[in-house]
Amino acid sequence: MSVTATQATPAAAHIEVKDLTMAYGSFVIQHDLTFTINHGDIFIIMGGSGCGKSTLLRHLNGLMAPAKGAVLYDGTSYWDSPAEEQERIKQSFGMSFQSGALWSSLTLAENVALPLGEYTTLSPAEISEIVSFKLSLVGLAGFEDFYPSEISGGMQKRAALARAMALDPDILLFDEPSAGLDPISSRRLDDLILELRDSLGTTIAVVTHELASIFTIGNNSVFLDPETKTMIATGDPNWLRTDCPDEKVRTFLNRGET
Amino acid sequence: MPDGLQLNLAGVWQIKGKLPATAEVEQQLQSRPEIKQVTFNGTDITDWDTGLLTWLSKVLALCEAQNITTDLAGLPEGVGRLIKLAHEVPPKKDTGKHGKEPPLLARVGESTLATYRAIPAMLEFLGEVTLSIGRFFLGKAQYRRSDLLLIIQDVGPRSLAIVSLISFLVGLIVAYMGAVQLAQFGAQIFIANLVGLGMVREMGALMTGIIMAGRTGAAFAAQLGTMQVNEEIDAFRTLGIAPIDFLVLPRMLALIMVMPLLVLYSDLVGILAGLMVSVLAFDIGVFEYYQQTIRALDLSHIAVGLSKGTVYGILIAFAGCLRGMQCGRSAQAVGQATTSAVVTSIVMIVVAASVMTIIFQQLGI
Repeated sequence: MSVTATQATPAAAHIEVKDLTMAYGSFVIQHDLTFTINHGDIFIIMGGSGCGKSTLLRHLNGLMAPAKGAVLYDGTSYWDSPAEEQERIKQSFGMSFQSGALWSSLTLAENVALPLGEYTTLSPAEISEIVSFKLSLVGLAGFEDFYPSEISGGMQKRAALARAMALDPDILLFDEPSAGLDPISSRRLDDLILELRDSLGTTIAVVTHELASIFTIGNNSVFLDPETKTMIATGDPNWLRTDCPDEKVRTFLNRGET
Repeated sequence: MPDGLQLNLAGVWQIKGKLPATAEVEQQLQSRPEIKQVTFNGTDITDWDTGLLTWLSKVLALCEAQNITTDLAGLPEGVGRLIKLAHEVPPKKDTGKHGKEPPLLARVGESTLATYRAIPAMLEFLGEVTLSIGRFFLGKAQYRRSDLLLIIQDVGPRSLAIVSLISFLVGLIVAYMGAVQLAQFGAQIFIANLVGLGMVREMGALMTGIIMAGRTGAAFAAQLGTMQVNEEIDAFRTLGIAPIDFLVLPRMLALIMVMPLLVLYSDLVGILAGLMVSVLAFDIGVFEYYQQTIRALDLSHIAVGLSKGTVYGILIAFAGCLRGMQCGRSAQAVGQATTSAVVTSIVMIVVAASVMTIIFQQLGI
């Protein structure tokens, strides 16, 4: 991660989604999605249940290929790149899955250490310091030797965030990070997301329903509509809340109260 | 400042590169006990990430241990805030996770006791299953008939291919092995007795049992284990539905019903393989072989085979469901449950086979 590079190019496009159609076989989830996530954005993906938010995240992290259209990282189209280039791009992602997806046969420390061991030349002692630091960032200091099945669901979720941040990726993708967290942990998570962006210049995309969170951290967003199966708004959620021309979006962002 | 130490940091501080040791700082602090404050100057830092933060955490811990104050103001913006965020929640102490591994004898004792303690759990499960089967005959068991039919389809017709293949090959091997010996006495016709009795009394049931242990017992353990992981079994309990009735009963019933049929089928395929070998390689007529087989076998032999098969079916379903229901809450636990189900059922099958063979011999059946 290069802090200077991100500071030198403020508001440069980091991830560009162009005419993206997402489908499972012939079943189209969303079509014609076009939006841009800039360097240092905290980008919120929102929409009603089943509209394809998680699927969109799977397209942003290279797990699913677009049915049509392209996803570009710093101008490079992921799916049109050769395998080595794809590997390089993938290393700039950190993803935390909806249910944590921690490897259950590894302790929390081993979970976070695995990517560090694979992709850095650090010594085991240095890795264990980094692991402890990452776990303390998510408020799990002292839980290094626990297995995922030995801690609560909310703690698993936070440990998954620590794993996603292990390599200090340029892009962090969070699938409902604060669902199932207590209000204090949830607020701390928002602080952490903001801090990662402000200090390290990380670009962050978040799928979330937590309105408080959306308005606190988000500076850009896309709204997916399950009925028309396409996006109906994009931009700063604070602006969309009051000034979005589409009523559906305003209703959503005001919890159905108008 | 005579009592101060300024650390000048420069260059790249990233985890993908090499990180400096804190030994030098430690040495400075120890050789100059007059130091009361440590400041940092990071204006020459070009790139940084967690590498800087972990190094800094170590230095801060050193300073704290010697009651030296620190000032992070000279470092890039955000460093202080991230350090503060990391130390906001105090580390969890007394997790009981750092204890030394107990000595060998203690571990042997522990695992022996664990094995011993598993016996009541197994007996309890056996009791619950028995009660559930009782409820089934009274028509009080809560289960879905369609589940039962689906499971029967899965364990029965869908196993026919693998059962055919294995039984055919076993029949073939028995016929060939026997024929070579019998040919020395010109008694090739007794291939029919050997294959017929061998398949019907022992091999048909045994081979089907082992196939079903690997195919169906493992599947039962994996299904129930995954349901345990997803809290699906707890969901049944909270609804007041006994998981034993809803999940275990249909599996037990399906295997108990299907196993004798599969064994019968396996016997038939094995005998056909023997027939093929006799006719093609040893010049025995089809009708001759048929007559000899009919003479060799009577209903009691078939009953012996079928009863063995039924017992194996009960054991496989029992072991599969038991291990599935006992499964822990992780992917690893599902793997262990599946392995344990197959091992348990194969061990039980072999033990039961030996015991029953001895009993039948003694009774002269």
